[in-house]
Amino acid sequence: MQTDQILITFFAGVLLLGVLGFFLGRSKAARARAGGVHMHSQPDQYAWFTVLSAAGPAVVVAMLAAIVLGLFEDVFPGWLALVGALGLGAFGLFVGLKRVRPELRARDSLEGAVKWVLVSAASISILTTFGILFAIVFEAIRFFQMESFWYFITGTTWAPGDSFLQGAGRLGGELDASDVEPEGSNNFGAVPLFAGTFMITAIAMLVAVPIGVSAAIYMAEYAPSKVRDVAKPVLEVLAGIPTVVYGFFAAITVAPLVVSVAESVGMDASFNNALAPGIVMGIMIIPFISSLSDDVINSVPNSMREGSLALGTTRAETIRSVVLPAALPGIISATLLGVSRALGETMIVVMAAGMRPNLTGNPLEDMTTVTVSIVSSLTGDNEFESAATLSAFALGLVLFVITLALNTVSVLMIRRFREKYAVSNL
Amino acid sequence: MAQSLDDISRQLKKRHRKSARMKWFSMAALIAAALFLLLFLADMLVKGIPAFQQAYVEVEIDYSERAAELPLAAVEADYRDVVSRGYLRLIPGRMAEDESLLGTKQTEWVLADDAVDQYLKGRKTRLKDKQIEVIERLVEEGRAELQFNTVFFTNGDSKMPELAGLASAAIGSVLVLIVTLAFAFPVGVMTAVYLEEFAPDNRFTRFLEVNINNLAAIPSILFGLLGLAVFINFFGAPRSSALAGGLTLGLMTLPIIIITSRAALRAVPDSIRQAAFGVGATRWQTVRDHVLPLSMPGVFTGSIIGLAQALGETAPLIIIGMIAYIPDAPSSFTEAATVLPAQIFTWAGMPETAYVERTAAGIIVLLSVLISLNATAVYLRKKFEHRW
Repeated sequence: MQTDQILITFFAGVLLLGVLGFFLGRSKAARARAGGVHMHSQPDQYAWFTVLSAAGPAVVVAMLAAIVLGLFEDVFPGWLALVGALGLGAFGLFVGLKRVRPELRARDSLEGAVKWVLVSAASISILTTFGILFAIVFEAIRFFQMESFWYFITGTTWAPGDSFLQGAGRLGGELDASDVEPEGSNNFGAVPLFAGTFMITAIAMLVAVPIGVSAAIYMAEYAPSKVRDVAKPVLEVLAGIPTVVYGFFAAITVAPLVVSVAESVGMDASFNNALAPGIVMGIMIIPFISSLSDDVINSVPNSMREGSLALGTTRAETIRSVVLPAALPGIISATLLGVSRALGETMIVVMAAGMRPNLTGNPLEDMTTVTVSIVSSLTGDNEFESAATLSAFALGLVLFVITLALNTVSVLMIRRFREKYAVSNL
Repeated sequence: MAQSLDDISRQLKKRHRKSARMKWFSMAALIAAALFLLLFLADMLVKGIPAFQQAYVEVEIDYSERAAELPLAAVEADYRDVVSRGYLRLIPGRMAEDESLLGTKQTEWVLADDAVDQYLKGRKTRLKDKQIEVIERLVEEGRAELQFNTVFFTNGDSKMPELAGLASAAIGSVLVLIVTLAFAFPVGVMTAVYLEEFAPDNRFTRFLEVNINNLAAIPSILFGLLGLAVFINFFGAPRSSALAGGLTLGLMTLPIIIITSRAALRAVPDSIRQAAFGVGATRWQTVRDHVLPLSMPGVFTGSIIGLAQALGETAPLIIIGMIAYIPDAPSSFTEAATVLPAQIFTWAGMPETAYVERTAAGIIVLLSVLISLNATAVYLRKKFEHRW
């Protein structure tokens, strides 16, 4: 039987057991109650009790079987798991029905079961985090068994294609001994990727931080409430535009614009320059920075503003020397979140930045980034087991660690602000 | 430090000017952001609107036996480069379906080649002078014109720009979103209910909260790596399938749904819960019968916003292979599928100029769907929001 057939049969079976359990359980309880017996719980609660005792074991067994089958392929056939799960479900239905008696505290059991279901749902988000971590770390370790970790962090040549050719013995004619040393091929030095990512992120932040913070200052300090009501959603629209759309815009409109502007002042620019994706990414990040900064500036206590104004300072002086210093932790926190988003942004750079690893300080040249390399190594024709493909997970690990650190620092800063000014809504 | 009154008032003027400057400067920043949005939308409209029209030409189709074998023979030699090759290739199939066509000659409006389309829209093309003469003659005779581009909405992807459409990507998107919603909505709401209504304040709960916030900030591409390693390599979900894509996006949407649902649950006042407890309801009965129904508008709003985000997401789907060339709409969750943003990405990488306007048109469609989703969310919130 095919996997999807097994799944469909399983769900249909569980549904049938559940419906059966509900009606049998309820009718048994209702009959008892109609006979004048005092029942501890409502008939519906007995019904759900029966449903849970039938479907619960079946679902648990099915999930265990799925995990075991995922770990070790073909230790037992899929249909066996199906029969086992449904059989246990039927047995559970039988036992559950037997237990429907006046003194059974169905209501309490139901309460406990609901809590367990909710806890297991909540655990999925924890499993996701660990899933990401383990998936990446596991494959990254396989990569570092093939290639040197030290060279990955400090090397300046990124040429996964060459490693494939070397493996096939097609690069430079002879395959000399240095190519097959266990330290790896020295084709995976990620420094140019880090540099490209850093450059594009820096450009993005140069655009996003001044505009975002200024817009937040305007909205929080100056704007009449009507302007605010319009401006906030407009900025949110910027955040809601899909990144693939920004990428197209950067590649087809902004990049040629950058090139022609650069030519008019006598400079050479590549069509895949780092400036275009950087600028567009900055615009994408404006709302992330402005909305959090706006909230933070708004929660600076009014007494501080009034105290400063009472000393005779102008509005701008109050903002600059009282409000902004107070809001600084929040603004930094917003900026860090923006940086973490820029580092992990993929589509804009895939579509508008270059594919060539390039260690340069010139934003008009083409550069590539960590995310671009992840995408290109996973969409190529390489085998999954090859170093070229596994390098994506090593780069993903770097990305994960850095963004996690940035997010953590950001959360700590905002917490400090919150505690200092006793703000509860941030 | 004696300062004359004049000095002071001059200084004061300067300070006030400085203050006004700051106001104008910060306003300019906001206007710049809004202007960018306008510029961007205008650019997409200008680039994309032409794609909603497509060139058609009126030619005589000769359904001869030769045309059944060599489709190019169905039209006169002059028109061979004018009519869409993809359309001509359909002729033998149509003849096989409808045998009465055989041996007849019919004058029909047929899809034109993408170069003709681009020429009629005033763009540079690869057409030769001789072909341009033919087109000009057709235009003069009224036998070549731009018509509404139905193909764009009814066809799947194609290697020929004039035949490429959004239909299969749109269906793929719907399938993916169904999986996403079926997974993320129940799990997200249950997590929110647990955290707001059941969870004791202990280490596990605090860890859970920190973890959810972190998950919301993890770059989307890493969810793609997770989907590849877990759903495809470990559980063996078919690569490029709506199932794998939907689950991956579901994990990504989960934190959004949890965070917004928690806010909605928190907005329900405690007096409601206490009243329910007061008449002897258990915690679950209170939640099921009172708190959840009251918070549903907020929960739906959050879920729609999460869905809108999932609809626009591309990076994790590329990682799990959803950028394959899919000309036909997928009919099940395990078949290879593509989604709207991935289709836009594929078209953006095509060399023909006709794909540029199709990409922009695809973007217009995607943005319209996103805007209507978000507008629905705002409307729901406005309509059902309960102020306590």
